[in-house]
Amino acid sequence: MKTTPIYGMMAEFDSASDLVAAARKTNEAGYKKIDAYSPFPVEELAEAIGFHKNGVPLVTLIGALIGGLCGYFMQYWFAVDSYPINVGGRPYHSWPAFIVVTFEMTILFGGIAAVFGMLALNGLPMPYHPVFNVPRFAMASKDRFFLIVFSTDPKYSPTGTRQFLESLGPRSISEVPS
Amino acid sequence: MDYANQKKKAEDVCPGKKLDRATVEAQLAQTKGPEYWRSLEELAGTPEFQEMLHREFPKGASEWVDSFSRRGFLQLMGASLAMAGMTGCTKLPLEPIVPYVKQPEEVVPGRPMFYATATTLSGYASPVLVESHLGRPTKIEGNDKHPASLGGTDIFAQASILGMYDPDRSQTIIKRGDVNSWAQFVKEIKGPLAVQKGLGGAGIRILTPTISSPTLADQLRAFLKVYPQAKWHVYEPVNRDNVLEGAKLAFGQPVETRYELSKADVIVSLDADFLYAGFPGNTRYIRDFAKRRNPDAPMSRFYAIESTPTSTGAKADHRLPMRASAVERVARVLGANGKEAFSSLSESFFEPMIGDLQSQRGSSVVVVGDHQSPVVHALAHLVNEQLGNIGQTVFYTDPVDANPVNQTESLRDLVADMRSGKVDLLVIMGGNPAYDAPADLGFADALKSSNISLRIHHGLYQNETSEYCHWHVNESHSLEAWSDGRAYDGTVSIVQPLIAPLYNGKSAHELVSALLGIGDATGFDIVRAYWQKQHPGADFEAFWRKSLHDGWVEGTTYSEKTPIRTATPEKATNTTPPSDSNSLEINFRRDPSIYDGQFANNGWLQELPKPMTKLTWDNAVLVGPKMAVREHLATEDMVTLELGGRKITAPVWIQAGHPDNSVTVYLGYGRTRAGRVGTGAGFDVYPLRTTSALWIASGGKLSKAGGTYKLASTQGYQTMDTPDGAPPRPLVREASLEEYRKEPKFAQEGQPPKELTLYPGYDYAKQDYAWGMAIDLNACVGCNNCIIACQSENNIAVVGKEQVVLGRHMHWLRVDAYYQGDRDNPKAFFQPVPCMQCENAPCELVCPVGATVHSSEGLNDMIYNRCIGTRYCSNNCPYKVRRFNFLLFQDWTTSQYKMMRNPDVSVRSRGVMEKCTYCVQRINERRIDAERADEKIKDDGTLQTACQQSCPAGAIIFGNINDPNSRVSKLKAQDRNYGLLADLNTRPRTTYLAEIRNPKPELTPERG
Amino acid sequence: MADHTEDVIENRSAPVIEPGHTFGSVTDKISSIVLTRPTSTGWFIGFGVGFLLTMMMLFAIGYLVVKGTGIWGITIPIGWGFAIVNFVWWIGIGHAGTLISAILLLLRQSWRNSINRFAEAMTLFAVSAAGIFPLIHTGRPWLAYWMFPYPNTMNYWPQFRSPLIWDVFAVSTYFTISLLFWFIGLVPDLATLRDRSTNRVAQIIYGMLALGWRGSARHWHRYESAYLLLAGLATPLVLSVHTVVSFDFAIGIVPGWHTTIFPPYFVAGAIYSGFAMVLMLAIPIRKLYSLEDFITDRHLQNSAKVMLATGWIVAYGYGIEAFMGWYSGNRNDAFLLWNRLHGPYAPLYWSLLICNIGIPQVLWIRKLRTCPIGLFLVSLVILIGMWLERFVIVVMSLHRDFLTSSWGMYYPTRWDWMTYIGTIGMFLTAMFLFVRILPMISIFEMRTLLPEAEVKPE
Repeated sequence: MKTTPIYGMMAEFDSASDLVAAARKTNEAGYKKIDAYSPFPVEELAEAIGFHKNGVPLVTLIGALIGGLCGYFMQYWFAVDSYPINVGGRPYHSWPAFIVVTFEMTILFGGIAAVFGMLALNGLPMPYHPVFNVPRFAMASKDRFFLIVFSTDPKYSPTGTRQFLESLGPRSISEVPS
Repeated sequence: MDYANQKKKAEDVCPGKKLDRATVEAQLAQTKGPEYWRSLEELAGTPEFQEMLHREFPKGASEWVDSFSRRGFLQLMGASLAMAGMTGCTKLPLEPIVPYVKQPEEVVPGRPMFYATATTLSGYASPVLVESHLGRPTKIEGNDKHPASLGGTDIFAQASILGMYDPDRSQTIIKRGDVNSWAQFVKEIKGPLAVQKGLGGAGIRILTPTISSPTLADQLRAFLKVYPQAKWHVYEPVNRDNVLEGAKLAFGQPVETRYELSKADVIVSLDADFLYAGFPGNTRYIRDFAKRRNPDAPMSRFYAIESTPTSTGAKADHRLPMRASAVERVARVLGANGKEAFSSLSESFFEPMIGDLQSQRGSSVVVVGDHQSPVVHALAHLVNEQLGNIGQTVFYTDPVDANPVNQTESLRDLVADMRSGKVDLLVIMGGNPAYDAPADLGFADALKSSNISLRIHHGLYQNETSEYCHWHVNESHSLEAWSDGRAYDGTVSIVQPLIAPLYNGKSAHELVSALLGIGDATGFDIVRAYWQKQHPGADFEAFWRKSLHDGWVEGTTYSEKTPIRTATPEKATNTTPPSDSNSLEINFRRDPSIYDGQFANNGWLQELPKPMTKLTWDNAVLVGPKMAVREHLATEDMVTLELGGRKITAPVWIQAGHPDNSVTVYLGYGRTRAGRVGTGAGFDVYPLRTTSALWIASGGKLSKAGGTYKLASTQGYQTMDTPDGAPPRPLVREASLEEYRKEPKFAQEGQPPKELTLYPGYDYAKQDYAWGMAIDLNACVGCNNCIIACQSENNIAVVGKEQVVLGRHMHWLRVDAYYQGDRDNPKAFFQPVPCMQCENAPCELVCPVGATVHSSEGLNDMIYNRCIGTRYCSNNCPYKVRRFNFLLFQDWTTSQYKMMRNPDVSVRSRGVMEKCTYCVQRINERRIDAERADEKIKDDGTLQTACQQSCPAGAIIFGNINDPNSRVSKLKAQDRNYGLLADLNTRPRTTYLAEIRNPKPELTPERG
Repeated sequence: MADHTEDVIENRSAPVIEPGHTFGSVTDKISSIVLTRPTSTGWFIGFGVGFLLTMMMLFAIGYLVVKGTGIWGITIPIGWGFAIVNFVWWIGIGHAGTLISAILLLLRQSWRNSINRFAEAMTLFAVSAAGIFPLIHTGRPWLAYWMFPYPNTMNYWPQFRSPLIWDVFAVSTYFTISLLFWFIGLVPDLATLRDRSTNRVAQIIYGMLALGWRGSARHWHRYESAYLLLAGLATPLVLSVHTVVSFDFAIGIVPGWHTTIFPPYFVAGAIYSGFAMVLMLAIPIRKLYSLEDFITDRHLQNSAKVMLATGWIVAYGYGIEAFMGWYSGNRNDAFLLWNRLHGPYAPLYWSLLICNIGIPQVLWIRKLRTCPIGLFLVSLVILIGMWLERFVIVVMSLHRDFLTSSWGMYYPTRWDWMTYIGTIGMFLTAMFLFVRILPMISIFEMRTLLPEAEVKPE
């Protein structure tokens, strides 16, 4: 039979607590290229797998700023430069009247930046992913918790890693074909 | 002009491009007589024609919103294209007509030409200038050189332009219901006339309305020479019999009475509505009256005694409501020179009035309403004589009426003859006696039942009368035909056509000459021939041109005469039936909008709010507040009005200031064959009107008929005080002359200073022009001219009763009428409200698409193309002068209306806001002229808004407020000047001059 | 039901989720509504009614486009009628969703988790219903796009001093943000449905919508912060939207519009009606799909309390308006007050006071706060009251303003009613579709509420 390349080694756990503990141990054991999967957000998990930096807030801030500035200067340009005309005796640059739209544009761009920034950083949408090849992984969106060590990890070895994972007392272990 | 242009022009004015008038006429040309009609039907079968119909029909055909609405009808006029479609193209009259200088005499495309002519109403000609675009008359203006106009007009003259283009006008000659031809008519009447020739015309009767046309009178007299036994009868429902009889009573001969109000310090009106259209000379009287209402100059004092509230009475310094029959007693008291104690007359009013008259001998005047009894007129002559007013403020001339007979009697004789079979050939020229003759004569029955072998009707419309006539000859409109007529002072105006007859109508002149056996004489030949007789000699050509050019014939003005008073009217016996004060009195009055019914099919006039009630599209039984309470009547209740066994049913309108125990009904409504617009509008009151009591009938009975009827008033709420009992809102600011002298700036209370603002205002001073308007409320007499003028100038749509009820009328300029004080005799005010052109316009601020913005000259511009119709601007307009096209109000299909519209003003479509623009098209026209001459627009009166131009009182002044010497600037500098709702800091460019009344100081006016 | 009520009365707060549930049971219960359970006849009836009403609305709108706004009762001076009344009403209702999901999230009100999902959906549908009106109320709807700043040959732009333009931006922003918020919330649950559906087509559709979500720790981390940021942005937004809507009136000079109290009391009113609508939906739904375990009496009670609070803010608003009418000494404001109390439309004003201030006071009774039927009826009354409030503000202010000569009356036509009722139908249709094809309760957020979600420190 033809052997397909291995994407990583996956261990299944019953509870969030087990997963967090396992992840922490794996991380401390020197495995760096690892990831964990849970059916709901588990706060501790991220730092357990040694994930710290998060670009979303910055992206959002930039988006919001761009929106606000565009909003204001768009109005300024229309009213003062592009088509200046006397409306109800008000000054061309009626800045108080321009605040509302500026605000709305800030929110709009900020929100869009937050969502699409998040998706982009997460590399979504990604309909296909090797972990889906593991049949039991379907449970990850219900009540099972998974830990994976990627084959790209320098410490990764089909046997060594399996032994290590078994030492964490998982429910099951499976190789993830890529 | 090259072919392409011609084609384009044709398409502009022609309907259905595939099938236009030219082709249709071509096809019809080969046929004539009865075939004419059949071939038209065949034609109607052709696919093009169907297609053409379909192009016109669907609009409104299945109207859910307002099925059967009169607006619907207006739109469906497209359906009348079976004829209208063929009249799409203009043709200039063949004969030379002479323009009124202002423009080069050659037609310059895009530049209007002006022609002087006249429109006549009940024989009295009102001189006008007609604006003509490429041969299409579009607008009526006053003739500023003519003494009877001085630039002003009246509503009927203004609206005649719509009358001319009315697609409901009779469009063919009809014989027994079938289309026929003029040639055929001329052929067929030869026989009967020949027969009559033998009898000396004993069987011929001609019935005309009042005629002042010298030419026509001359023709008719000529006819009577040929047929000595024939009779010429005259009848109009709104006639001046009482005036005539009064004159005879006093002088033993008919005279025309003319007043010089500019010289009158004291004016006493005995039930006379002399400041409203329909009263001979009203246009001039308004001007003279207004001239003497300037509080900074010697101001006249005006006492009005009225049997029904009128716009004239509203201007009085002292007004006394009084039943019409009681007025005679007042006249007698005056006639007795105040010697006779005015028992039972309220002393507080008469003592000072007579005092004023006595102290102003020679500069006072007593005016009497046409409907008052002959004795009252006679007494007025006496009083004016006693006060030495003759030759000062009152003048006598020959009557303008070419055949001054007692019209009621004249008609009575005619009907008698018709009944007794003396009449073989009856020619009814104009008028509509079958509808408006006194009920007791039973004219209609006499007409249809009698054995008159040949009945001919000649008129603008196929109406109730033509129904009963063998022949109907369609008349040409006065804007289409040559004629002449006399103004109230006798001055003759030559009526020159602005356009060849749209429907090949025939003028009265042509008809009479046809009766005389000359079938092919044109009106031009006839009129010209007559004047050639009057003015023989080599210089006739010059004389003719000058007369046409000026709009009147030199030296035809009647010279005043001093008739000797033969009788002593004070001795004359009481002529009005003695009516005890508790029997109900009924006043019949001409309608302020549609006169005697002849304008029933004129949408502009139908939708014109009547000055006091603001009612449109209907007449009602006007009832005083006291009576309403007593009889438990509410406005819009249906009541039955009974008089001498005759009954009508109509809705009630409670009218403040109406005398108790008397009601007023307007004539002219309830037409059954008026046309799409007028048929069925309102209630016919002629059935109650009898020869014995044409104007004032006593012994009426009024009873509730049950049910209500929706009346369309454009102003639901007619007082300035709000129902919460707060002090009245200072909308119209008013003071007595005394108060004004004490505190000249009273009107400017609460006007914010210019510097009261958060942000820098625009500096309009830099501009050449800053347009502004001042409206003198003291001069305004609520005559409604401005409304029609504006409607005509700016292509404003008629929306129909249903839409008016909803409050969707489109008038850019409205005249608000407010009442204040005692409901039984309130003060009344008029306030014309155009757009205020606010400098801080609230409407502009809220428009999301910038469809209304400010011009550098301070105009509040409306960009129809940009408007998406959020109506936010209207909500935010404190003056509510903005008008919205809720539906497709404009008639886009009827070719006649396309021709009528002012090409300088875009026609608004559905879903856009519109409003007064200060006639920006006129401003720009003058601007172009000025720039071509490399100069500034001069304040020489050449630049006038339409409302200003037509205002007989000169109450509206428009101009450049950057020029401190312009008339408008001077007016705005006056103490009386104030801005409406100026406390909102909208900075209106339109401002008002407060109203000042001149009540007799010692006489505390009972009107608070 | 009854035992619940007892239990509520002795311990102050009922649980937000009934004990005994596991990750699995929660997942199964909620997803089964979409995946396995047969569609009830009740659903078909409700959907059918909604659909027919929607068709009626489309017909009314079609006729409107053919004939013009004149088919409505609006006129001069009342240039705005039902259209704007309904617009404000719907927008107000649309406020609850974002409020619940955003503000309560920031306030760490975990009980929100079981109602935020369909509250958000409700928001979207309400805002869509509202969005129809500004469009069709224009005289020339086909040109309404001129309100957006797009480069055009006229080289002409919208007029940014007009509150209507502010509306356009506020409402479209609000809709966009709500949509994103709602969709992002859905993604993990869509993944659940993807993994649990047996039907291939469903798998593909849900799979595509789930964007390949696999619950990676990194993803969850970024997801959470994005969700929080979005909530942080949506909070001022939701407050701003009705503020801007109130500017439509406050910027105008019409007496009754021109007042500074509007923004706060419009927002309060919005939340007021929003929660009323949430309850009117939640109560039947939880019965229909027997979700009492997830939407417990605690939720009903809290919503009732919010309504009580906002109701009083609204009442304060009315009070200030009346007070100012008297205190300002402004003749127009004084008359406005008089006209509301005694004018031709006075009955509407009185019933508004009864609906919004009088009747809701029964919510002081705790027993009633947990009685679904009672709450349902009170909510209905509040929704009617809030509609009347908008009618009073829009129509009663316009019909008698500065010039007595220009006073008028407004009578809605059948077309006004058809359009209004039609939008309710459209709203229902959308709601029914939503509960049928999407998880109406946030599954993954429910999971976090379970005790076993706690990570025990070892």
